[in-house]
Amino acid sequence: MGKNSLHVLKGINFTVSEGEMVSIMGSSGSGKSTLLNILGILDEADEGTYTLDGTLIKNLNEKVAARYRNKFLGFIFQSFNLINYKSALDNVAMPLYYQGVKRNIRVEKAMHYLEKVGLADWATHLPNELSGGQKQRVAIARALASDPKVLLADEPTGALDTKTSYEVMELIQGINDEGKTILIVTHEDDIAHMTKRIVNLKDGLIIDDSIVTQVRAKANSYV
Amino acid sequence: MFNLERWQEIFEAIRKNKLRTFLTGLSVASGIFILVILLGIGQGMQNGVQQQFENDATNRISVWTNVTSVEYKGLNPGRRIEMDNRDYNLAINKNKDKLEYKSGVYSRWGQLTTFNKESGSYRVEGVHGDYQFLENETLVVGRYINQGDVNNYEKHAVIGNQVYLDLFKGKDALGEYIDVAGIKFKVVGVYSDPGGEREETRIFIPISTAQRVYNAGDKLRSLAFTLEKHDSYEDALAASEAFSAQLEADLKTKHTIAPTDDRAVNVNNSLENAKKFYDLNKMIRWFFWGVGICTIIAGVVGVSNIMLIIVKERTKEIGIRKAIGAEPWSIIGMILHESIFVTAIAGFIGLIFSLFLLQIAGPFIEMDYIKNPSVDFSVAITTVVILVIAGAIAGFFPAYRAANIKPIEALRDE
Repeated sequence: MGKNSLHVLKGINFTVSEGEMVSIMGSSGSGKSTLLNILGILDEADEGTYTLDGTLIKNLNEKVAARYRNKFLGFIFQSFNLINYKSALDNVAMPLYYQGVKRNIRVEKAMHYLEKVGLADWATHLPNELSGGQKQRVAIARALASDPKVLLADEPTGALDTKTSYEVMELIQGINDEGKTILIVTHEDDIAHMTKRIVNLKDGLIIDDSIVTQVRAKANSYV
Repeated sequence: MFNLERWQEIFEAIRKNKLRTFLTGLSVASGIFILVILLGIGQGMQNGVQQQFENDATNRISVWTNVTSVEYKGLNPGRRIEMDNRDYNLAINKNKDKLEYKSGVYSRWGQLTTFNKESGSYRVEGVHGDYQFLENETLVVGRYINQGDVNNYEKHAVIGNQVYLDLFKGKDALGEYIDVAGIKFKVVGVYSDPGGEREETRIFIPISTAQRVYNAGDKLRSLAFTLEKHDSYEDALAASEAFSAQLEADLKTKHTIAPTDDRAVNVNNSLENAKKFYDLNKMIRWFFWGVGICTIIAGVVGVSNIMLIIVKERTKEIGIRKAIGAEPWSIIGMILHESIFVTAIAGFIGLIFSLFLLQIAGPFIEMDYIKNPSVDFSVAITTVVILVIAGAIAGFFPAYRAANIKPIEALRDE
């Protein structure tokens, strides 16, 4: 971190309602990841306000930020970010550990979410025994485990081939159908069009914000 | 600390990271192991040195005579000076209230001694009853020479443990008669001496008997004294030096020896040697403490280093945990908890191994200057505790830093 700060976002004003599925697009350097980090309380804006589920997110200490992240948000990363010495089941159960849920209930809930992403049979496997698509599905199950208000996905398909990407998107669409609010950062047009609204960023400004017709991802079966 | 969930989390981390745990543990365990062994050897050296000096009473003053080396009052050099009972009596009368133990000695080397069919050649020393304490001897059975033996010219003998083993082969020796250079002596006691075999191949008989059977008149080969105890070492040394100087001067006057003659009369003040011994012991102790502290420092640095690496290695994991909702203190707690647990267990393993080794091998180590290396248990425990605390402190700062960096940066860390 140098002394010179760089203003990446220069005035963003937008609202996401509950149940929306929004993709944030833009070339690299446009500020889309920064926006997502702010939304995810992983980073904080220098100016402006951010209200999440009626709560103003401002000047939080780490402890409160951690609690909000745990309560409100589920993260899905490009590089999956699973803990590699923990089994798929334990990875999914982790947010629940930090919620203070008892172990047996944790395992039960985690198993439920693994079933939901179609990986119940892989529960005891370590991340490095899983394919990329499977890892991302474990990460999705983990993001869902704490029953968050919003799912934030940073290039969720960036490390996956097209077929697997579509499978993952189909899963995410299914989750959205159940009412979860989802924000996806992507630079792939086809992925963006699988959401319901596209926000286009350029040089830290929103240049376009439009509702699109959702394209349903068609993958025939889960691997 | 007693959070079961936390323990489960830690045990899982340990189980899944065997190599990391093993390496951390190995460095801690070997550090403690080396430290304890070092301290043990230090103690062994102290024991060994102590034994070297323990042969005789540490404050013993010995006097023996030789030939004159300086011409004095018309007397030629080369005159053999011999002490007798009057010298002994002069010394004890003059210093009655200063002396603790006192004895004259008349000794003969290589006296053929037989019992039944067994025989050996031993040094025979005629002594007073106090000689037991001057020689730092302990009776195994029976009694020592006493004043009655001396007064009545009794043919009684106290034999060394080695003599007893040679002649009696473990049979009862008390009341038996041994033949020393043709004269029968009744065994009244068997002694042992911390000086070991060399000091235990002697036979003590009453001084009066010795002078009579060896036809020595009232001659004495040497005198031995100890002074009353003093509170401080310095006082004791001053008193014994004054006494030694006085005694030497008296003897020189009485035997007409030049005051400058340093060969005719020898007064050996073992307290001066004892000072060397005290100093040496102190030095050894300081040295091993120095080495020990350096070892602890090295251990602490090693543990800190490992903690740094562990935290570095787990930065990404920390980021993931934070993104998922872990609070900073729960992360610091988790890292410290794990590291304290691992270092404590490893420390105790190292401790147990080293104590075990000292316990098993220690008694067999009997070199000239190392004897029965052992270590104070509480010292060993303290070192383990110090290492664990140091490891925790060393781990705290990187853990604290890691827990406070933004999760997004931790997640970027590859």
